Amino acid sequence: MSNHAASPTVATATLGDRARVADSVTRSLKRRYAAERRFRLYGLSAIIFSVLALGLLMVTIVSKGLPAFTQATIRLDVTLYPQEIDPKGERRWEVLSGADYQGLVRESLKELFPDVSTRKDLRELYALVSPGAAYRVRAMVMDDPSLIGQRITITVPLADDMDQFAKGHISADDAEGSRRVSDQQIAWFERLSDRGLIERSFNTTLFTNGDSRSPELAGVWGAVVGSFWTMLITLVLSFPLAVGASIYLEEFAPKNRLTDLIEVNINNLAAVPSIVFGLLGLAVFINFFGLPRSAPLVGGMVLALMTLPTIIIASRAALKSVPPSIREAALGVGASKMQSTFHHVLPLAMPGMLTGTIIGMAQALGETAPLLMIGMVAFIVDIPAGPLDPATVMPVQIYLWSDAPERAFVERASAAIMILLGFLVIMNLLAVLLRRQFERQW
Amino acid sequence: MSLGLLIVVLLALSTLAFFLGKRRALASSGGRARMLHSLPAYYGYYVAVWCAIPALAIIGLWIVIEPSVIEWLVVSGLPEAERNLPPERLGLLLNDIRNLAGGNIVSRDADPALVKAAEFHVYLNGVSHVALAIAAIAAAIAGMTYARQVITPRLTARNKIETVILWFLVGCSIIAVLTTIGIVFSLVVEAARFFAKVSPIEFLFGMEWSPQIALRAGQVGASGAFGAVPLFVGTLLVAFIAMCIAVPIGLLSAIYMSEYADARARAVIKPILEILAGIPTVVYGFFAALTVAPFLRDMGQTLGLSVSSESALAAGIVMGIMIIPFVSSLSDDVINAVPMSMREGSLGIGATRSETIKRVIIPAALPGIVGGFLLAVSRAIGETMIVVMAAGLSANMTANPLEAVTTVTVQIVTLLIGDQEFDSPKTLAAFALGLVLFFVTLLLNIFALHIVRKYREQYE
Repeated sequence: MSNHAASPTVATATLGDRARVADSVTRSLKRRYAAERRFRLYGLSAIIFSVLALGLLMVTIVSKGLPAFTQATIRLDVTLYPQEIDPKGERRWEVLSGADYQGLVRESLKELFPDVSTRKDLRELYALVSPGAAYRVRAMVMDDPSLIGQRITITVPLADDMDQFAKGHISADDAEGSRRVSDQQIAWFERLSDRGLIERSFNTTLFTNGDSRSPELAGVWGAVVGSFWTMLITLVLSFPLAVGASIYLEEFAPKNRLTDLIEVNINNLAAVPSIVFGLLGLAVFINFFGLPRSAPLVGGMVLALMTLPTIIIASRAALKSVPPSIREAALGVGASKMQSTFHHVLPLAMPGMLTGTIIGMAQALGETAPLLMIGMVAFIVDIPAGPLDPATVMPVQIYLWSDAPERAFVERASAAIMILLGFLVIMNLLAVLLRRQFERQW
Repeated sequence: MSLGLLIVVLLALSTLAFFLGKRRALASSGGRARMLHSLPAYYGYYVAVWCAIPALAIIGLWIVIEPSVIEWLVVSGLPEAERNLPPERLGLLLNDIRNLAGGNIVSRDADPALVKAAEFHVYLNGVSHVALAIAAIAAAIAGMTYARQVITPRLTARNKIETVILWFLVGCSIIAVLTTIGIVFSLVVEAARFFAKVSPIEFLFGMEWSPQIALRAGQVGASGAFGAVPLFVGTLLVAFIAMCIAVPIGLLSAIYMSEYADARARAVIKPILEILAGIPTVVYGFFAALTVAPFLRDMGQTLGLSVSSESALAAGIVMGIMIIPFVSSLSDDVINAVPMSMREGSLGIGATRSETIKRVIIPAALPGIVGGFLLAVSRAIGETMIVVMAAGLSANMTANPLEAVTTVTVQIVTLLIGDQEFDSPKTLAAFALGLVLFFVTLLLNIFALHIVRKYREQYE
């Protein structure tokens, strides 16, 4: 504007205006920069919130779960009285398996504390040791009947409440009525501890056993095997179906109503709540087709339907990223459309498809809700031997344990979460490595 | 012969068929593969397909119809009096027969007629297995022989095989549609049975939810109330809390990542959000129930508030954390889709970055952000494990986030866990709830995807 200013008066006025504008801009700039910094801070704090949430989650789980990897044990000398186990000396299977081993373990506890006599005190004394002790003795005798009559030394887990006390989760300072361990039991524990009979060792039970009513005998192996069978079924069903569907939709499908319908369908299925798939499994697979409840077969089928959209979407993206020149070159040297797809495009898209599959499987491995619908929440002690045996899976086991009133089960739930997260980390690392290894820039 | 063994035998036969076909094709052309229409392997596949598919079709058919045929035969073998029983009693009887045949425990004393029927059942099963094995293998061999006969150098084996493969691919794609049909069909059928017992008006607008069904007639509170409004309110309350956490934090994280953070910071932040997204929901549920809920309760106590140990707030907060990465990755996509020229234009006339974001980028990306928001709401409504573990079971009609509420998904789970009879309104109510859940989330998804797609086209 000043260019047009002819008279000096106008020029001064403009200069004054200009100064005022510049002044107000400088003043507002301060405000605007403050707003800028504030806004930036909001963004940063949003991210810090997420990081803190993740950190808190991990810290809670690890701090709760680590103690579950050790277990307080007690060394007991058990005398295998022949008159108690096998009075007639027959060594028959029924006699040996039905003998009162519980009584023998109790006898050995009584030997440690001969002065305990009333029935109530005895019950408290017996409650120190896990019921698993009797099973251990039984297994040893059944294995080698020549032990009968001898005195054996066994190391068995303490009962879960004593274990919690040993780990310091139950404080002796609390009022006696408010904790699950009595003063007397604490005194006994101290005496045993002084005599060097109590140890804390690595909890192998956690990795070898199925579920149990007693926390100290409960392990995740049953759930791990259940998860394995379920994932196997899921993989066998979803991978070929997803690859087939994505090849058809990406390479062969004509543009028409039907393929549009399929596309919309797949996108929507990906967003259907997982619990709805559970309802589908219950109504169709179990009630209509009469497949067994609680079986990994049904769980795998439900999860396969659930992960199908995820894998299809990833596989289509992988196929899309293969450049058309590959197809055209194959067609140009006389391959049929099918040959060009299966011999050239598919192998190039395979790493991407596998990555998508691994991610879909990781999702399925962590899925709980649909499996609750089809009865995989049953209390199952045995390790499933095949996809038709009743089984439970890792996440469901975590759910069951974290619902239990015993603190020791909650501890094991955290440990199971750590194991589950370990599997998920491995799967995701695999996906990342696969992507890195085979990623190609065309 | 067991089904597994039969399949193995068929696989072996098909492999054999492949080599036979290939050899036959070479022989028919006098050993000169150039004379053949297709590569020799295609003739092999042709014979193998002819060997496997008819046999597999027979097995599939047998799996579908065998139980009802055996049942019909067993029933017609029963004494006159039992044959004319009403259908439910007949069903029980058949169940007993099946259990007896399988060597399981039976619910009544086994009378001779029952034992006889069970033996007949076992016998029929045996016959049917043998018959199946013979039929399937015969079909396999017949198919193989036929296909081998028709091989000539001019047989268009490749085209035929490719047609078979194409139909297999079409079949794979149809599965997705079948799944949707299966979901809708099973939900609608079971819900219809529910609505035959409880009126839909009562279900959708009733204010009281207590699905207990009397074990004996005349028990107090035997009727059971199926008014789902408290569940809807609880679901919306939890979802609302979750959105209050997830939307601002997710959106701000996305903005920070795409507009402020440099490549190095992004390389750290993105994986962290991805880890949050990959954690199984049961882990979040554990966190909500055993860490956040007790923490809120204790804090409430120090502040003099009564916080229920299973509060909507705990479930909502943790659900919000779970949804953050979902919101942020969807917003990240739409923010990155805003053309660079719009940013540069705004910065060029002197706007600061935050002004550009607030006045230009967010308005431009708004439809996409709204779409992402709707998808996140649908996730929150359908989320199950967090609320099952942290929100509780009491159907309170409340907007107070410190109280326990229950949600649609929690009720579906509780109604269906454990043994159920399949025609009590209690069980069927779960399917009615599932139907509502499915349609609400479906509408949200369709709407959201529509918005996102429409918006994406604008800038492409």
